[in-house]
Amino acid sequence: MKPPLFDYVRAETVDEAVAARAAHEYSAVLAGGQSLLPTLNFRLARPDALIDIGRIKALQGTAIDGDEIVIRAMARQREVEYDEAIFAANPLIRETLGNVAHAVIRNRGTVVGSIAHADASAELPALLLATGGAVIARGPKGERRIEANAFFKFHMTTSLAADEIAVAVCIPRLPPGTGYAFLEFARRHGDYALAGVCALLTMGAGGRVASARLAACGIGSRAVRLVAAEAALNGQKPDAASFAAAAKAARDAVTASDDRQASIAFRKHLLEHIVGRALGMAHGRAGKPFAS
Amino acid sequence: MATRGFGAPVQRTNDSRLLTGGGHYVDDIPLAGALHVAFVRSPFARARIKRIDVSAARAHSGVAAVYTADDLGALDVEMPLLIPHPCLIGPRTQRPLARGDVHHVGQTVAMVVAVDRYVAEDAARLIEVDYEPLPVELDLEKAIKSDAPLVHGDVKNNIAAHFVQTSGDPDGAFARATHFTKIRVRVERSTAAPMECRAVAARYDTVSGELTVWDGTQAPISVRGGLASLFGLDEDKVRVIAPDVGGGFGQKVLLFYPDEILVPFAAMRLGRPVKFIEDRSENFIGSTQERTQIHEIELAATKDGDVLALRDSFLHDTGAYIPYGIAIAQVASTSIAGPYRVPNIWVEFKAVYTPTVPVTPYRGCGRPHACFAIERAMDQLADELGLDRFEVRRRNLIAPAQFPYTRQGLLFADGLAVTYDSGEYAKALELIAKEIDVAAFRQEQATALKAGRYLGLGLAFYVEGTGLGPYEGGHVKVHPITGKVYVNTGLSGQGQGHETVFAQIVADQLGVDPNDVIVVEGDTGVFDWGVATFASRAAVVSGNAIHKAALKARAIVLEAASNMLEAAIDDLELVDGKVRVKGTDRGATLAEVATATNPLRYAFNKAAQSATQFAPAARHDGPQLGEGRAPGIEATDYYAPPHATWAYGVHAAIVEVDPGLCSIKFHRYLCVHDCGNMINPAIVEGQVMGGVAQGVGGAFYERVEYDVDGNPRNANFMDFLVPYATEVPRVEMHHMETPSPLNPLGVKGVGEAGCIAVGQVLASALDDALKPFGVAPFREVPLSPNAIFEAIEAAKGRRP
Ligand SMILES: Cc1cc2nc3c(=O)[nH]c(=O)nc-3n(C[C@H](O)[C@H](O)[C@H](O)COP(=O)(O)OP(=O)(O)OC[C@H]3O[C@@H](n4cnc5c(N)ncnc54)[C@H](O)[C@@H]3O)c2cc1C
Repeated sequence: MKPPLFDYVRAETVDEAVAARAAHEYSAVLAGGQSLLPTLNFRLARPDALIDIGRIKALQGTAIDGDEIVIRAMARQREVEYDEAIFAANPLIRETLGNVAHAVIRNRGTVVGSIAHADASAELPALLLATGGAVIARGPKGERRIEANAFFKFHMTTSLAADEIAVAVCIPRLPPGTGYAFLEFARRHGDYALAGVCALLTMGAGGRVASARLAACGIGSRAVRLVAAEAALNGQKPDAASFAAAAKAARDAVTASDDRQASIAFRKHLLEHIVGRALGMAHGRAGKPFAS
Repeated sequence: MATRGFGAPVQRTNDSRLLTGGGHYVDDIPLAGALHVAFVRSPFARARIKRIDVSAARAHSGVAAVYTADDLGALDVEMPLLIPHPCLIGPRTQRPLARGDVHHVGQTVAMVVAVDRYVAEDAARLIEVDYEPLPVELDLEKAIKSDAPLVHGDVKNNIAAHFVQTSGDPDGAFARATHFTKIRVRVERSTAAPMECRAVAARYDTVSGELTVWDGTQAPISVRGGLASLFGLDEDKVRVIAPDVGGGFGQKVLLFYPDEILVPFAAMRLGRPVKFIEDRSENFIGSTQERTQIHEIELAATKDGDVLALRDSFLHDTGAYIPYGIAIAQVASTSIAGPYRVPNIWVEFKAVYTPTVPVTPYRGCGRPHACFAIERAMDQLADELGLDRFEVRRRNLIAPAQFPYTRQGLLFADGLAVTYDSGEYAKALELIAKEIDVAAFRQEQATALKAGRYLGLGLAFYVEGTGLGPYEGGHVKVHPITGKVYVNTGLSGQGQGHETVFAQIVADQLGVDPNDVIVVEGDTGVFDWGVATFASRAAVVSGNAIHKAALKARAIVLEAASNMLEAAIDDLELVDGKVRVKGTDRGATLAEVATATNPLRYAFNKAAQSATQFAPAARHDGPQLGEGRAPGIEATDYYAPPHATWAYGVHAAIVEVDPGLCSIKFHRYLCVHDCGNMINPAIVEGQVMGGVAQGVGGAFYERVEYDVDGNPRNANFMDFLVPYATEVPRVEMHHMETPSPLNPLGVKGVGEAGCIAVGQVLASALDDALKPFGVAPFREVPLSPNAIFEAIEAAKGRRP
């Protein structure tokens, strides 16, 4: 499997990359290449140009900007996973990244690339949804911010325009004491999830759940918020009964059809169990300092 | 005394080279100006080709040639039926390029040769093929019905072979029996998934008329013979080299894959080297696969669980062609009674064509299927009779005094009646029971259950007929300058460690360090008598041949040294690379002996001075090389086994099932294993562990899927799940060594052992773990979380 011919543009600045994007009818941004290159080799995608953003200085690294963690386009997954400041600001990021592929792939793959790729089973889109993050896009008309809930359209389809580049994603800092958990079930270590869940629990007065945020991957055509489960929790006592009710409520979020690894019924069952367990984990961590 | 080579866990001599990127695989062979190949493959499982238009591809810049069946002349034929058998009905085999019909998705239809693989793939897409799709039936049981669409128009009911074998008097025994257990089991198709896909490169030298082919094959000598015959060349003008090969598992021994013929063909036609490096996608649709069988097995027993007879009838999926004849089904049918006496057997199979990738032996070759069928049936029998699973087995195992144990009427893959040569079956079962501590486990299981955790014990016993003939050879030569020992055989290795174990065998005889024994195999230019690597036979057949050759070489050394040192042969010993007069410091190095046995005219170095005509040691009457003598220390010998030698083993596992996630976790995986005398326990362990890993794949992960139209659905490593190291349990291994009485080294094969039992181990562990739910026994592999989920749901549904 070898890709067909394509043009290769190595952009040195974001402006150059944006200009190259405009100059080609069907271009693809090359970040870590961990998803793009297989697609090219299988000839599933036939872009006329690859725009390599790997050398663009402004797209390297991460920053913590007030209440937001800014992960720029070329920050590798592994780099973000290991970053202590990021962990201290939002430990769910590390926990989620640990489930993305394998270490060697995370060495190359980028956080932004995974989010731009928007595989329905990928973990990071669920992270972005659960945390209420956003994507910063740059196009010929300048920069715009796309909130997570408006970003993911469908499996491998986002609201990023064909002439735009995602320059960063922003993920909010977690308020101290937030309970958090990422759990997934995959056939093998490092595989895409058959079902995966990000859970955030904020406790309020009277030991009740002030706010629950849950998002899942692997269960439909894109990552989704589990709103019914959230509703079943908000204002409730965090106990086995409310967790079970929330977990049950999550079942209907499954829209994937039967596939080779899971029937619809099994996926619902899986999601229910994962949500239940993730809530238990998140609750166990609530009110405590973030620790690895 | 030097350390013993044989039996020592000597480190594999090739590992550091291979692990640090020093390997030379076919794609690493530098071939200046080589052209590269891409194939057009059928997108239909069954279709008639109406028209092929290659004009655009031929005109594409960078394309050297495009071939279809019409361009192949004498090569446009069906490939040989490798193992003929009278029960085959209209055996059909693959062609280099499709003529008329295609019979599976992936079948080669046209070949493009171009400056590089990129251009070749671009051009392949320019070839227009008009297909008229034909109906298909993928379901084995429906495929043999009279109204099913045919894979080959002239093969009725898609039945490629039908064979019945009987041992003893099964009908009589069934009439006597008082308990009957009948089950149906199914094993699904997998694929070998070698780390290196297949690869072929060829260069034709127009001056010498020599064709050199680098082929990642398990059978270089057979490939050489076949190519010489197809191309009408002298065998000496064809050299086939299997360089480093990244895994074979049976997939790399088919005569021929289309590329194995067409690459040399194109190299000769075009006068330039040509290379074909199969990619993963092609490996999934172009290289052979194995495993689908459906067995209906019935045991006839007494109330105390003595199995008097069995009947087994099974369907074997042979894919689109049957180049190996009934090899796999035959091994399955003759291994069906496992380690049990079962004196009366009736076994029938039908090999069935399906429009899928052709089926040829894959590590295990019928044994995992037979093991799954008999072992599932034994578990069922135990359950029905209220016996413990260990006990039901204990009562039926062949006792040590009963060896050799022959099953008259069941002919194994060597054409001879199944005869188990030796074993200590009961001891193996006791050993594993003790290692598990079954009673303690039962307690742990009960305690865990109270805490809502589900633990299960899985158990499987298997036998493995290994070391098939016809023969292999060994060649041993001591190099006069370095004193190093060179060893050759006709096999090729794919990572098993031949170079280490063969070196150990020779090192013992010649008193040298195994590291000073250099094994070169897989090159017809070096040694060209022999067969191939398959059927766990290298250690048994080549190992013994090399041993015999080493004994001869040793005799030559001793005789020459006895002259040189003026000492009786009995007073000599071979240690540390020297021949020494025992108890003295008098001696000669192996290099000196080798030099002295080769009369020389020119004293090209210091050692050589001792072998020239005026040297004292060489002075004697008459010709310098005695009549009937050969120069140097060099010997060749051959070994042909009388029949297969039977290894065996018991596997057990403790598995935890999480009914929420429907996932499994191996807490322990144990293996008691007996392959006769071990040449190198470390290599035996490696083989068994690799086999277990592959077995875990077949038991829980790997399944080649086709849709109802015959399209492969998971022909890639994202969807076809090969277990990672993280999914494979650590194996607690216990060795037993019951020598084979059949060969001088007392060895049995071990290559396939590990993979045979794993399906049964897991299925029986899951049965045990999920008993509290009342699930029905698991009778199909691979299992999966989804299968566990469905089993639990079905059990809930049945509950009142
Ligand atoms: C064996 C294997 C296993 C994997 N398992 C998982 C898994 O379990 N979970 C998981 O989530 N992922 C998995 N992945 C995918 C991996 O995480 C990828 O790294 C990630 O999806 C893409 O990141 P990348 O930087 O490599 O992007 P690339 O491959 O370079 O790009 C991916 C896509 O995103 C676009 N893109 C990238 N960056 C930008 C940008 N800044 N702006 C606009 N478009 C952009 C590209 O054009 C392309 O379409 C796996 C990959 C492999 C090879």
